[in-house]
Amino acid sequence: MAKIKVYSTSMCPYCKMTKEFLKEKGVEFEDIDVSVDREAAMKMIEKSGQMAVSQIEINGKFIIGFDREALEREIKNV
Amino acid sequence: MYDTIIIGAGPADITATVYAARKKMKTLVITENIGGQAALSGDIENYTGYQFITGPELAKKFEEHLKKFDIDVKEGTEAVSVEKIDDYFTVKTGEGTYESEIVILATGRKPRMLNIPGERKFKNRGVTYCATCDGPLFAGRAVAVIGGGNSALDATIQLMAIATKVYLITRNKEMKGDTVMIEKVKRSNKVEILRDAVTKEISGDKFVKAIRVVVNKTEEKILDVKGVFIEIGSVPVAIPVKNSEEKLKVTKYNEIIVNEHCETNISGLFAAGDVTNIPENQIITAAGHGCIALLSAFKYISKRPS
Repeated sequence: MAKIKVYSTSMCPYCKMTKEFLKEKGVEFEDIDVSVDREAAMKMIEKSGQMAVSQIEINGKFIIGFDREALEREIKNV
Repeated sequence: MYDTIIIGAGPADITATVYAARKKMKTLVITENIGGQAALSGDIENYTGYQFITGPELAKKFEEHLKKFDIDVKEGTEAVSVEKIDDYFTVKTGEGTYESEIVILATGRKPRMLNIPGERKFKNRGVTYCATCDGPLFAGRAVAVIGGGNSALDATIQLMAIATKVYLITRNKEMKGDTVMIEKVKRSNKVEILRDAVTKEISGDKFVKAIRVVVNKTEEKILDVKGVFIEIGSVPVAIPVKNSEEKLKVTKYNEIIVNEHCETNISGLFAAGDVTNIPENQIITAAGHGCIALLSAFKYISKRPS
């Protein structure tokens, strides 16, 4: 199972940027579309306390939005 | 020392970079991301050559075009200051300091904030500036959209399909924007438009629970909403410019004042696109402006004694 979860919505440009970035880095991730998976959306909001996408669950932390620096830092520790 | 440092990577910057590369100028691009506001657009149907393209797709095309050239790009980095020292510039980022003969500022715009109590506290906890991104999370809930123009109408149209109720709140007496969109919003039985209404406060606990609005200057209303979509336009992204001789001239809206050659009042400093006082904020006008800025910059550098 992928160690990284990307919670996204279908039209969100930041989500696309995040996923492109992870693909470029060759990092495997699970893509969860929270605009269709209501249960996953609720779980994400409950766990992170944040009502926004993209959210990346990595190393037990949540990164909100497309934050290249934070992603690079956390990828190294996966 | 670079010939030119281009700050930003939206349509103005990318176009400037393409022209710089073709002029064989030694160029550095400093940017947080590639695409600028264009990357955040939904459907684009007015960029010449493309009958239809989405914002992220166009941003990808921009990136491919940029990376075709052998140009230094510092991506994921924010320029924190620009300083003119004698006849050259230094640009500082969190990582280092770079020098150039010319700087082109094309940093674009960012969403305007309401600056009311609760806005910062509840950002990403119900308060959002991107309906396209976060809208789906508010399915089955009541929400408020604040703003009086096309972007507020666009957000309302997206939300009225999924939310239980949409309050559309505008300071104006009437909504301003495309008639087609206004009619669509007015036809929906889920949308309630509050005109001449000022949002005063956003409140809640862990997440947003309500907003306080004053209508017609006297009538106070508390609206129970879980989401607040702020769509009140944008402000230029300003980077501090230090120059011992003269301050950088800006309009009262903080837009960098440029002439028809994209020159600012500081020689060697050029600006282009939405960060300037250009009369229209379109992807294509920004791209054209970036071209003018670079060609003017090239003439400037060519005339300088080496």
